[in-house]
Amino acid sequence: MIEIKDLHKSYKTGNNSLHVLKGINFNVAEGELVSIMGSSGSGKSTLLNILGMLDEADSGTYTLDGVPIKNLNEKIAARYRNKFLGFIFQSFNLINYKTALDNVALPLYYQGMKRKERIERAMAYLDKVGLSPWAQHHPNELSGGQKQRVAIARALASDPKVLLADEPTGALDTKTSYEVMDLIQKINEEGRTILIVTHEHDIAEMTKRIVNLKDGVIIDDKKVDQVKALQYV
Amino acid sequence: MFDLERWEEIFETIRKNKLRTFLTGLSVASGIFILVVLLGIGQGMRNGIGVQFEQDAANILYIWTNRTSVEYKGLNPGREIRLKNTDYQTTAQKYIDELEYKSAVYRIWNGVVTFKKESGSYRVEGVLPDYQFLENSTMTEGRYLNYTDHENYEKVAVIGNRVKNDLFKEADPIGKYVEISGINFKVIGVFTDPGGEREENRVYVPLSTGQRVFYGQNYINNMAFTLDKQDNFEAALAASNKFSSELEAFLKEQHSVAPEDDRAININNSLENAKRFYDLMDMIKYFFWGVGICTIIAGIVGVSNIMLIIVKERTREIGVRKALGAEPLSIVGMVLHESIFVTAIAGLVGLIGSLALLELVGPMIETEFITNPSVNFGIALTTVFILVIAGALAGFFPAYRAARIKPIVALRDE
Repeated sequence: MIEIKDLHKSYKTGNNSLHVLKGINFNVAEGELVSIMGSSGSGKSTLLNILGMLDEADSGTYTLDGVPIKNLNEKIAARYRNKFLGFIFQSFNLINYKTALDNVALPLYYQGMKRKERIERAMAYLDKVGLSPWAQHHPNELSGGQKQRVAIARALASDPKVLLADEPTGALDTKTSYEVMDLIQKINEEGRTILIVTHEHDIAEMTKRIVNLKDGVIIDDKKVDQVKALQYV
Repeated sequence: MFDLERWEEIFETIRKNKLRTFLTGLSVASGIFILVVLLGIGQGMRNGIGVQFEQDAANILYIWTNRTSVEYKGLNPGREIRLKNTDYQTTAQKYIDELEYKSAVYRIWNGVVTFKKESGSYRVEGVLPDYQFLENSTMTEGRYLNYTDHENYEKVAVIGNRVKNDLFKEADPIGKYVEISGINFKVIGVFTDPGGEREENRVYVPLSTGQRVFYGQNYINNMAFTLDKQDNFEAALAASNKFSSELEAFLKEQHSVAPEDDRAININNSLENAKRFYDLMDMIKYFFWGVGICTIIAGIVGVSNIMLIIVKERTREIGVRKALGAEPLSIVGMVLHESIFVTAIAGLVGLIGSLALLELVGPMIETEFITNPSVNFGIALTTVFILVIAGALAGFFPAYRAARIKPIVALRDE
């Protein structure tokens, strides 16, 4: 599903050049649940941004579902993001003045779907994350866990190939974190490919594979026995 | 444009920032308000000038003669040119289809008018019946001269209001006889003139009688013409300029005056004078447009500022939208849409306010120089057009900025 070969990325700050990714080689097969770990500054967020087409690598190749991702202009990047990727953020990034339902429907709006149809679809995904009774609530009336579940429904709404989660439990307490991880595991079991960036070991243990990043290189890539989140809930 | 989602978003942001939107709108609304009111006053001044020129027949041409100033065909300069009946008759005949009113004038110099013991020196002129309309005289008593008087050399006179007051006091002048330079004339009418006392200080007698009794032979002093009404000012001006130059050429030929002699034959074309005023009005109009547009620009800058702040505030949201698949164009559309909407609504309020003001207060304004200030539909439409352009301009820079927001930067923006 994801193939990365010899990926480099550096940032220029004034006269200094900061080499963040120093040759990443990395493949993800369909249906995997992968966590990317590393201390801050290890380059894990940069990697996720490049995977999410929010940033572009200096060199190396990136192929997503057989499509080479390079030389994107903003318009095509936006289209690919909409079609291939679903984003889950640490701080949820829901739009505050829209209801939960409208938030979930937003990616479908950018696909150009008719209002009636996208509301129906959005409702189905809200139901899937167990929030259909909260459909007409605004984000500030929801708890943190509920917000993240709305965000997950939104990421799923456009039926993307890959879900990219950047510290999805970073703003949640332990119990809520496990609830969210339980949801993510269930979605993965339906066959969806999911990448999670985290620095919490217990969260990483709940994925099927852990990739360790340090100073811009992968130092460790191993399959693990998945810990089911359900037992903690 | 009819995207429900987008309208919803616009109303949402407006609802969240009522005061800010209101103040922004106010600057645009007042800009349009000032522009339209200024344009209305400009139109009012134009109307006022129009009324001023209606006092005499607006498109009057007045011809008088003088001494020649250029030697021509062996004739010395300084030769006196005098118009004759034939000049008048030929002109009247030639332009019979184009002339509305026409009259020749024979002026009797030192016209002393006496009634019993009262007497005074007035301007006495032999004229034709049309002269009433050329001077815009209105009869207060009796009647004006007619062609029968003219053909029969009747010794009748029409006197101005001032003359009546001087000579007759309270008495009824109709049917009484006055002496004009020693000859008895019967008063048949009294007129009043919008030109005021100066023009009511006159006595008119039939042209034929004047020429015969006061030794005028077949000479006349002046000719006055008005041309038929035209659809618009430009056509009227063109017609009267054409008539004026043809007449001048004809008279110069008749009296052997050099074509380049500009003293011997004089034609006062009142439309030419009017045009100067209208040109001045146009200048004032352009000035008003300039002031109004500048005010609107101030409003646009306000809207633009606010939109920049809104974009800044929504940076993160825009980043999220882009991450979810919003193309730059859709972000531009979102910002432009809001800015056009705010300017259009505010501008319409200003437009309606100013139109209401002109409609209510306009008809009450009747000074000498401003009459019924108003704007026509075309101008209202133009201002609406300006508004939409203004909204688009105001939104352009913020929208451009929004479109360039990188989602990665926006999402990092905690």
